Amino acid sequence: MTVHPILAALRRHKVAVLLIVLQIALTLAIVANAIFIISQRIERIGRPTGADENGLIWILQQWPAAPAGDDAAAIEQLDALQRTDLATLRSLPDVQDVAASTSIPLLSDYTTGAITLNANQEGLSVHAAYYYGDQHLRPTLGLRLIAGRDFDASEIRHGRAHADSPVIIVSKPVADQLFPNGNALGQTVYQDGKPSSIVGIVERLQTPKRAESTWAFNSVLEPFRGDDSWSGYVVRARPGREQATMREARQALFAVNPMRIMREPWAGIHSFSEIRTRAYRSDRGMALLMSVICVILLCVTAAGIVGLTSFWVGQRYRQIGVRRALGARRIDIRRYFQIENLLIAGVGVVAGALFSFGLNEWLMTHYEMARLPAIYVAIGVLAMLALGQAAVLVPARRASDVPPVVATR
Amino acid sequence: MGIRMFGYYLELAVRSLRRSPGLTALMMLSIAFGVAASMTTYSVFRGLSGDPIPWKSSRLFVPQLDIWGPGFRGPGDAPPDALDYTDAMALMRQHRATRQSAIYPIEPSVMSSNAGHNRRPLPLDGYAVASEFFPMLDVPFHYGNGWSATDDVNQLPVAVISDKLNQQIFGGVNSVGKTMDIDHHTYRIVGVMSDWNPTPRFFDVRGGYYSVDGPEVFLPFRHSVAINMINAGWDGCRKGASDPQGDFVRLQNSDCVWIAYMAELDDVAAVQRYRRYIDDYASDQQKSGRFRWTPHNRLGDVPAFLDDEHLVPSDTKVSLLVAQGLLVVCLVNTVGLLLAKFLRRSGEIAVRRALGASRTAIYAQFLTEAGVIGVGGGLLGLLFTVMGVLSVDQVLPAAYAGMARIDPNLLLLTLGLAVAATLVAGAYPTHRASRVPPAWQLKAS
Repeated sequence: MTVHPILAALRRHKVAVLLIVLQIALTLAIVANAIFIISQRIERIGRPTGADENGLIWILQQWPAAPAGDDAAAIEQLDALQRTDLATLRSLPDVQDVAASTSIPLLSDYTTGAITLNANQEGLSVHAAYYYGDQHLRPTLGLRLIAGRDFDASEIRHGRAHADSPVIIVSKPVADQLFPNGNALGQTVYQDGKPSSIVGIVERLQTPKRAESTWAFNSVLEPFRGDDSWSGYVVRARPGREQATMREARQALFAVNPMRIMREPWAGIHSFSEIRTRAYRSDRGMALLMSVICVILLCVTAAGIVGLTSFWVGQRYRQIGVRRALGARRIDIRRYFQIENLLIAGVGVVAGALFSFGLNEWLMTHYEMARLPAIYVAIGVLAMLALGQAAVLVPARRASDVPPVVATR
Repeated sequence: MGIRMFGYYLELAVRSLRRSPGLTALMMLSIAFGVAASMTTYSVFRGLSGDPIPWKSSRLFVPQLDIWGPGFRGPGDAPPDALDYTDAMALMRQHRATRQSAIYPIEPSVMSSNAGHNRRPLPLDGYAVASEFFPMLDVPFHYGNGWSATDDVNQLPVAVISDKLNQQIFGGVNSVGKTMDIDHHTYRIVGVMSDWNPTPRFFDVRGGYYSVDGPEVFLPFRHSVAINMINAGWDGCRKGASDPQGDFVRLQNSDCVWIAYMAELDDVAAVQRYRRYIDDYASDQQKSGRFRWTPHNRLGDVPAFLDDEHLVPSDTKVSLLVAQGLLVVCLVNTVGLLLAKFLRRSGEIAVRRALGASRTAIYAQFLTEAGVIGVGGGLLGLLFTVMGVLSVDQVLPAAYAGMARIDPNLLLLTLGLAVAATLVAGAYPTHRASRVPPAWQLKAS
């Protein structure tokens, strides 16, 4: 079958054809970008932090009316309170390990700095989040140490302001960015101008920052117990004892010192899975919303194709009858409408592919959006062509049912 | 068009729509989905981008001083969006605006003597502010009032508390003059606010955040600094400078920024004067050698400042945009379907035209039909919008979801959008219908 008669017929319905082309193009542009957003969010939600998340518990609490001075007495008082808590938690039967820490991955509460190779902070500079904690932090989080050693108890300092640490453990991306040759271990680097020696490297450790960043896995462990009105503890429960540990920890902490505040939702005792759920709530929401919009869009466009094609079938009722009478088979009639749809959808997806990249370009300049990979557009194109063929099937079959006798009426 | 003719067209429209219930339902659903998606995402956007103090926001200004200099500015060459202690105190002392206040967030606790039955300390969410904060932001009071400028200077331990806290601690009676133990200091209550929760908390550092509950306590700024009540909010340091963190004294001596500042400037002349004043201030700092660069300050009103802070998440804007895209597709779809529906009735149109109906009459008839579809789609859209807004808490964090509200405005807008959109979609198909010539069609059928 040649396409010539189809084109001739379509020329008589310029506006209707244009409407379908436009609808398919816009649908493709939106769906391709929406699916790209969905896949980005799903990927982000699913990526591991580097910690052994199962059985991990985060406790954040505040000492009311804590001594505010930076004198030794105030600091020692706060440190004693914190050490008592750590000992209390460690004594619980279901607790495997416990560490002091100022933050935990995905918490959104973080301190960052710039790490350089010289004291003048010139040249190469790597942005990273700092975790201040004691020697138990690395094992409690369950981070994989791929080079060097853990902190020694004697290396842990404490105080109010987070002082510069003589030794640090860095995540692999930090090590690799500072020392591309892979010789980071034992090197001296400068954190905000202060020298530190890299004594260990962990494979992976996500920062507490929730929003997307280029330094999402640039983390540094600092051997320092922060003595502040707030204190944070990372607890590793024995396998299967997470819920029990959370209950026991609450009881034990309030029993040893009732003068403490755990203000929900950002403070309190939470399993890491709760923190993860909370951190990715808006990503999940965005993925869900985009999915709903995609489904509606595809349904509306499919319904539109069914509607307009049905109208055309109705209009050409007699012509179809004449063709049938002149010897066209049912399959020829069906083919006709299918090819017609393929032509229209073909023009639509070409325009739609251009719109997709245009929309993506616009989103990139106005919002934080990555470049749309062509594969998403390709999948979208195939999906739209398939959708068009599926939608046209019902009216095309109705057209092929037109009996040849119609021609004689 | 007379009311009788309108009634007749309405009847024709309903009859025609009844003849093809599937197509009618499809068009109404299409409009409803498009409108509901747009309005649901719009309700979130409206909530998050709304002006927290519309009657006064154009007279409230946030000064930004270029204390770090070139190389340390933000995107768009912006100076830091908060003040350090030195400069905030200087601006307060020099007192050049009608009213002004330095502000920092605090997290003290009501101690057990006041904390009620369970004797546990009660954590508070509050701010250290100057006396002019209350009249400047039109803070509503249930009992009493803010404190005086003299109280500021004398660093008196006075407090303004929220209605809710007054309920919790004093059972809701007039507590003005009573005392309260906050972080082991005795405060005299001078005012109890009525329900006050402007969102976002535009008076907080960097435009604050969205919160379900309002602030619970306000204490005098100079007193709070003097007793070392630490900054509970964000602080930002020059790149490469170390962050003093919990060391409040070091924070005050650093050039890290952590103080929000707001100034009331009542007319254009006052704004210009103030702009000149902060530039002169920066020039003086340059002369004294503290700043080694020419003044590069900013002074924006509250809406401009909030806009600069990009408080509305880009997800919200992208969602709104995508939902509007959906609406456009739904409209294109409706144009196509209406075109098919109207032209299928070419015979009927030709008969009406042959019997003397004018083009205008055909216009009126078919636009009425489009309008009926618009109203139907709008009512359905209202239902979907209400369902959408009620379920935004499934996809958004509570503080954001709480900002999306259903109100008469939103409902009217939904219905109006649906009808207007359908009429626009119906314009071309109606035009085509009115062009159907009478004679030819009569012959053909």
